Amino acid sequence: MTVATRPLAASAAANTPTFNLERVRADFPILARKVHGQRLAFLDSAASAQKPRAVIDAISHCYEAEYANVHRGVYWLSARATQGYEGAREKVARFLNARDAAEIIFTRNATSAINLVAYSLGAGYLKAGDEVVISWLEHHSNIVPWQMLRDRLGIVLKVVPINDAGEFLLDEYERLLSPRTKLVAVTHTSNALGTITPVTDIIRLAHAAGARVLIDGSQGAPHRQVDVQALDCDYFVFTGHKVYGPSGIGVLYGKADLLRSMPPFEGGGDMIRTVSFEKTEFADIPNRFEAGTPPIAEAIGLAAAIDYVTALGFDRIAAHEQAVLTYATERLSDIPGLRIVGTARRKASILSFVLENAHPHDIGTVLDESGVAVRAGHHCAQPLMDRFGIAGTARASFGLYNGFDDVDALVDGLRRVKEIFG
Amino acid sequence: MSDLRELYQEVILDHSRQPRNFRRPDHADREAKGDNPLCGDKVAVFLTIEDGKVRDVGFQGRGCAISMASASLMTEIVKGKSEAEARALFESFHDEMIGKSACHGAAAGELDKLTVLSGVREYPMRVKCATLSWHTLMAALNNAQTVSTESDDRL
Repeated sequence: MTVATRPLAASAAANTPTFNLERVRADFPILARKVHGQRLAFLDSAASAQKPRAVIDAISHCYEAEYANVHRGVYWLSARATQGYEGAREKVARFLNARDAAEIIFTRNATSAINLVAYSLGAGYLKAGDEVVISWLEHHSNIVPWQMLRDRLGIVLKVVPINDAGEFLLDEYERLLSPRTKLVAVTHTSNALGTITPVTDIIRLAHAAGARVLIDGSQGAPHRQVDVQALDCDYFVFTGHKVYGPSGIGVLYGKADLLRSMPPFEGGGDMIRTVSFEKTEFADIPNRFEAGTPPIAEAIGLAAAIDYVTALGFDRIAAHEQAVLTYATERLSDIPGLRIVGTARRKASILSFVLENAHPHDIGTVLDESGVAVRAGHHCAQPLMDRFGIAGTARASFGLYNGFDDVDALVDGLRRVKEIFG
Repeated sequence: MSDLRELYQEVILDHSRQPRNFRRPDHADREAKGDNPLCGDKVAVFLTIEDGKVRDVGFQGRGCAISMASASLMTEIVKGKSEAEARALFESFHDEMIGKSACHGAAAGELDKLTVLSGVREYPMRVKCATLSWHTLMAALNNAQTVSTESDDRL
């Protein structure tokens, strides 16, 4: 693989005194493996990020030394597991700067967190004719639950348009808000284009209109420090596996008074105070929304992931990722026939593109032979693809372990794509 | 690179760039739409059936090089075949793609034209690209209007 094209600045920017890329990479065992005999350039962290040793070890340690079911166990091991699980909740609360750990609900992933809110708000708060505002940038997980509610309850779904750069149009959004708007549910960062939305303004305007706000932070949380109190959002969701934690765990943050006013999503064990065959009294938050045995080791793994990114620091992570994004944008812009889809001024390290004469899936297959892992397709954002008149894109997304050499591998791989497809 | 050249043979690239029978026949009497919801590829297959034979066949759609080339090759092969022969070709091609067996019997000769697609077997994630148009052909033969790669658990 050639690195001759790498500018001198590359190694410096990718390996600054404050961000030692080599040391970061050494923390991720999977990055040492080869794919098709090539060094792995993993450029699909927006779908799911790789896991540092600290997370893998935390999960192993849980199962090897401190595992039992949580809550109500009177024995030592159950108490340890409960401490680990509830400690993870406190860690997530600090990570998001929530007022109270009770405002943190563990779910299966971000999708189930959104479905929880949709179901629960659909059981009282939202009524026929009420309006829910989403945007063109949404992932299917923040479209489909509201459509299901629309079909069930007769609520009205409104969609905030974007411009050709993929930017959220705040003026249009303001025009869509009305006294009937009860909820605004928008993404913090577009998974398909990388666009960072103006969440602070979105939340302020929604509140001024009397609506609650849910922020889908699945793509925001891996790249930026989130402060739910400063944002003043009513609900914030993210998923563990995109912030270098395990899959199988997601988070719903909700303001305590709102969560307390909401009926449970699922019924079962652990979410009750008392049960008789005549009547059940539900537990207080957060347990009310956590029916059944929760993802215990996953919560502990998520806590380890939060420790990991917090120790690195989001200022440094963001600066590094932005340097990689800038370099990638420059290099890909030089490739004839390549068009970057999503050119917002504020972007996370996600780069979607299409290539003349080569379908995204063919691009993905050819790049894979070079050890370069990218995602190809509609990225669970079909309305957004329709907006740009394309079936899909190839998407390179950069995590904290990616460097300029990964971009070079991508560019070399794209050269091979062009050799084959012209 | 050798595997890639095996996958993207000149014939495949040629058919994907200039797909044959990429049209809706004037007197099409059966048609079906197929999609692969995982990747967004879509294809429509049109048939003119006369006396139990595929008198004409065409397709339209968008997709990757593998799916476009496979659809194009399919139209060339099934044209003039009886419905039963077309179904047998589907079964043989399908088995070949999922590695169940090498092609056999009467279909073997015809399937020679499709050996250019055999490289796809080495790419399990891409097999559905090659079979989408064939599933859509079967849906058209069966008078079903739509088919999805995700509704056939044999894929």
